[in-house]
Amino acid sequence: MHDGQFDALVAAASDAGVPAAAPGVDFDGLRVERTAEGFTFETPATTATGLDRAQLREHAADSPYVTNWYFWQWTVRNPESPRRAFCRRLEGAPIETGVDHGDDSESGDAKDDTESDVEGDDLSVDTDDHDGAVDTPAGETHGVPERYDVLADGAVTEWGQLRIEARLAADGERVYEVRHVDDAETDRAALTTHEDPLDAREVAKTDERDRYRPLKTAPTLQSGWVFPDLGWREVAQTVETFYPATVANWYRERRGELDVDHWRDTVSRQTGIYGVVKTWDRGEGHEHVNWVAESCCDDSQCLKRREWQYDDETELAVDGGDGQFPCREPCSVVITAARKWTRLESEQPRTYELELTPSEKEQLEAVIDAVADGRADEIREADVKDDANRYRTRFLRAKLFDDDGNLAGVPTEPDEAE
Amino acid sequence: MTQALVLVAHGSHLNPDSSTPTYEHADTIRETGVFDEVATGFWKEEPSLREVLRTVESDEVYVVPLFVSEGYFTEQVIPRELRLDGWDVADWESDGISADVATYTATDTGQTVHYCGPVGTHRTMTDVIVRRAETVTGDPDVGEGFGLAVVGHGTERNENSAKAIQYHADRVRELDRFDEVRDLYMDEDPEVDDVAEFFETDDVVLVPLFIADGYHTEEDIPEDVGLTDDYREGYDVPATVGGRRIWYAGAVGTEPLLADVALERAADAGADVGDAVADVREATRVVEAAADDEPAAGDDGEAVTESDDGEAVADGGRPTAAAAGTERDDTTAEEAGE
Repeated sequence: MHDGQFDALVAAASDAGVPAAAPGVDFDGLRVERTAEGFTFETPATTATGLDRAQLREHAADSPYVTNWYFWQWTVRNPESPRRAFCRRLEGAPIETGVDHGDDSESGDAKDDTESDVEGDDLSVDTDDHDGAVDTPAGETHGVPERYDVLADGAVTEWGQLRIEARLAADGERVYEVRHVDDAETDRAALTTHEDPLDAREVAKTDERDRYRPLKTAPTLQSGWVFPDLGWREVAQTVETFYPATVANWYRERRGELDVDHWRDTVSRQTGIYGVVKTWDRGEGHEHVNWVAESCCDDSQCLKRREWQYDDETELAVDGGDGQFPCREPCSVVITAARKWTRLESEQPRTYELELTPSEKEQLEAVIDAVADGRADEIREADVKDDANRYRTRFLRAKLFDDDGNLAGVPTEPDEAE
Repeated sequence: MTQALVLVAHGSHLNPDSSTPTYEHADTIRETGVFDEVATGFWKEEPSLREVLRTVESDEVYVVPLFVSEGYFTEQVIPRELRLDGWDVADWESDGISADVATYTATDTGQTVHYCGPVGTHRTMTDVIVRRAETVTGDPDVGEGFGLAVVGHGTERNENSAKAIQYHADRVRELDRFDEVRDLYMDEDPEVDDVAEFFETDDVVLVPLFIADGYHTEEDIPEDVGLTDDYREGYDVPATVGGRRIWYAGAVGTEPLLADVALERAADAGADVGDAVADVREATRVVEAAADDEPAAGDDGEAVTESDDGEAVADGGRPTAAAAGTERDDTTAEEAGE
């Protein structure tokens, strides 16, 4: 504890200090009051009353509760801020729930029934059991001394493909490190160092193979970099640059305020070239939307957990995934793909007659699987036992395609045969 | 009371450089320190327009569209996606190029949102066009002996797009700095293909009024103008076409001075920008020595102004009921009619 922290403590205990939003000292187990009889200093382990300033200083001097209070209430402030809540999460601290928004919460967001938040109780436990992932460094909330012990060694949280480590610095300051989860064991010196959170834009732009990543939450973040010494604002900004709006939406969700726009909501507001997607819902069920979700919103394609359904009353049959951060509506990638599928699905089926050996049929199925799962590049050059092997596929093409590229010589348009 | 600036742009699912100018202008403005927060949001990238407001914590938010003209995006898509309930294009009281600001409470966040007109129609965009000519020639005094062409997409469905081009061409002409000034178009007359015929000066600077480089500015226009037969083979700047030296500038939106236009938009809307406008002008100005560093045309960022299907780009034109479904892509009519 430095002098400024002690002065702030006295000022706040006397209700004379800023920030006005947090008068007095009653935070994370620390209570300090000034009465006519002197100061009261109270933690879960200590209660002392009638203290003069020097005695208060003795109690405060080595107390983690005091530097913890100072960090959150004077350095970070902003009790309603999603970024603050996120940083609290990074060290397993209880997260303030803020005001009671019970009447405003989304009725459709049933997941929030599992919340154990107690409004107004700073010590409420963040169980945050939306996600199966480890939510706090040790999977549970810690009191301040226990949290400090963990922070001394580094409290580790994962957020998508980010590994975030919170550490304790001098006088209760926190520093944060962000790197790829795959680099957890890598020496920091072996990683490319970034100071500016906005550098994450460049890191996130392309995957390991230098291909553009249009979807920030695709599980294709490249590794090999580190943001080593970030302040609390910077760690939030870094995370939000890698995964835009995820902190804001996570925060809304845990307050029971996540606004979900279901497929029908989102599609119905499309205009211009995307307006056509509306025509895809023809009153014949919503199987097609299941296909969309299975295609695009699987954990293998996107780290967000899909919360949107067909509409308010109709859940999709496909699992929404296990991501920590919620997906609140079909994204632009989904809508763009859906536009294409709307066009393709407007075609009428035809019957084609062609001959394949059983193995050839299975091979076609395997090729589709390999491409759909992104496995094509992994198949070994000479592994002709794999149905989707390139030589196998080239053989199939050589044998079955005519000069116009028609499978088994059967033209796509019937009249082309004439 | 804190204030945020949010730059909104098209972005792309296919082109990694589409968002680059937006990020760079945001960085320039961020460095001035006059806004508590500077954020970017995109139609095709993240954060989406739907969610960008929740990424800033300020009470007052100035939203500036990095689009060329008033039209479909600025009048329909952006206000809808930002959830500016109560939005009415009439609140801009615009004749198609005069939108300045309309203020709403965002239903999503409760923030006060000052929704500004696009950068492309702001008067200071004229300065960016001229600056672009300075940058591409490496001559801060370029003008005498030079013609200047402001190039727009143009389309019959897109009346406001041409208005913006004409507006700036007129303003550059009034400066009496270049020997000749023309507005030319890709998809309507007078066509940029015939650029050499429209000028009598030996040197002509061609400045496309697009926000980012991409398909149109890097492939279409260079080939149409005759700078190259195949854009993949590149072209010289200047290149000689029809006896004239054509100084092809690439998209005006990649010019660093565009940050200044965004600042001016916010200032016009009531943002406290202090001395930032002058600072940005100073920081981005062309000096003679910079000529050596001049990148070849086409090197500096890419497309924002076209969507993934290569559909028409220049924003503009209030779509009529009949045109709304077809405005962005010729293929849509058949789909809409299914």
